[in-house]
Amino acid sequence: MKNSNKEYSYIDSVHRDGRIWNIAVMIILLLFPVAVALIFEAMPDWAGLGMGLVATAPMYWAVGVVEVITFIPMLGAGGSYLSFVTGNISNLKLPCAINALENANVDIKSEEGEIVSTVAIAVSSIVTTVIIAIGVLLIVPLDPILSNPDLKPAFDQMLPALFGALGVALVSKNWKIAVAPIVLMLILFVFVPALNASTVGIMVPVGVLFTIATSRLLYKKGII
Amino acid sequence: MEFSVNHPILFVLVGLIIAVVLGQSVYFFIKSIRRAKKIGMDKSIIKKTIITAAIFTVAPAISIVITVIALSQSLGIALPWLRLSVVGSLSYEAIAAANAASGMGTTLASLVGSMTASQFVTITAVMTLSIMVGIWLVPVIAKKYQKGLVSFEKKDARWSNVLQNSLFIGMISAFVGFVFCDVYRLWSSDNGIFTVVSKDSMTGEEIISTYSSTSGLIPVFVMAISAILMCVCGLLINKLKWKWLNDYALPICMVVGMISAIPLSAWLG
Repeated sequence: MKNSNKEYSYIDSVHRDGRIWNIAVMIILLLFPVAVALIFEAMPDWAGLGMGLVATAPMYWAVGVVEVITFIPMLGAGGSYLSFVTGNISNLKLPCAINALENANVDIKSEEGEIVSTVAIAVSSIVTTVIIAIGVLLIVPLDPILSNPDLKPAFDQMLPALFGALGVALVSKNWKIAVAPIVLMLILFVFVPALNASTVGIMVPVGVLFTIATSRLLYKKGII
Repeated sequence: MEFSVNHPILFVLVGLIIAVVLGQSVYFFIKSIRRAKKIGMDKSIIKKTIITAAIFTVAPAISIVITVIALSQSLGIALPWLRLSVVGSLSYEAIAAANAASGMGTTLASLVGSMTASQFVTITAVMTLSIMVGIWLVPVIAKKYQKGLVSFEKKDARWSNVLQNSLFIGMISAFVGFVFCDVYRLWSSDNGIFTVVSKDSMTGEEIISTYSSTSGLIPVFVMAISAILMCVCGLLINKLKWKWLNDYALPICMVVGMISAIPLSAWLG
């Protein structure tokens, strides 16, 4: 009983600290355009702001809500607070957390899993921030190297390379669950040309919901 | 004060914000390490997690730097530095900035070298407000949501495990599908040439790009190479007991897969 109280209070403290940090970061981010406006004595173009928001916000707000609901169970508490501030979730933070959990052989629902996921995402965020900062400092000498057309195909294919390695490890352990969603996604992405790199983020929740539905069916039938 | 997209004061402001975000990562890192010590977790697990996460992050982080460079041509360096260190991604930032410019009746390309402070503030506000959901929604729902998941697990632990795996597999399936998204070029090309008409987010103008009909196979082969290499790593780890490889398998496979894209693109592109 004592032990479970301790665990409860740790997760509680993660939520408390996460709330403080995220709300603080949100306020600071919102203050950035305000600060620029005040320093340079420039008001925003209100009509342009409204039009820009109408064209951009509804879709990304909807995707944001679905992403939060989808990713929290996979990232854990600390990982969620960090990931939704530092971004690049599905292409960096989540694969990094999944790989760390697999290597450590721990479940995200356990306290060890919560710790491993948070450490992996925190390290990934720190390394990313440092590398971007170095890139910004050295942008002049780095530009011709990183913008080299010979290297472009390698960086263009980062996601296939990442999900090939990560996918085979996860799918081989859960192949019964994986067959139906992979077949569905292959059909959709091959035969619906509108589905491409810019829409894959929207298809993640679709894939997740479909997988849960088919898994439930298989579970009820005693196949998994 | 005269405005410029690369004005030093913008770098100071952005640097301060990024320092706070970095502080959050460091704070949670230390908090987790302390907790790991307190509950007696194996130190080697934490050490391996740190090393693996750091190595794994290098290649994706470099691709983010490339994105910063791409966006810096129109937005300066400070704003892309901020947006891609916090929350952002290339596809989102480019779309949000282009929509904001379009809302002001212009394009990002026409703003290069002549962006006013008002236009910069407008673009920054659209980019910031449009992707704020995750930052505030997690604090609002995460605690209750996780408690719900815990009580759900107590009711049916086996289904809870299946559900967890389904979440991971669902995400993987979307990206596996995405890898095949250009395969249709094989049967939709004209004399082996596939033409793509797209809109430049910078200029708003139409861009006509041509690809070989086999170009859609490049990501498929890259994924296959990476997956096969991962299987080889699995064999080496399990059969030859190369346990050290376990921590480096994913970044090695990812980088080899990325490098393989260079000759594959020359061949199939």
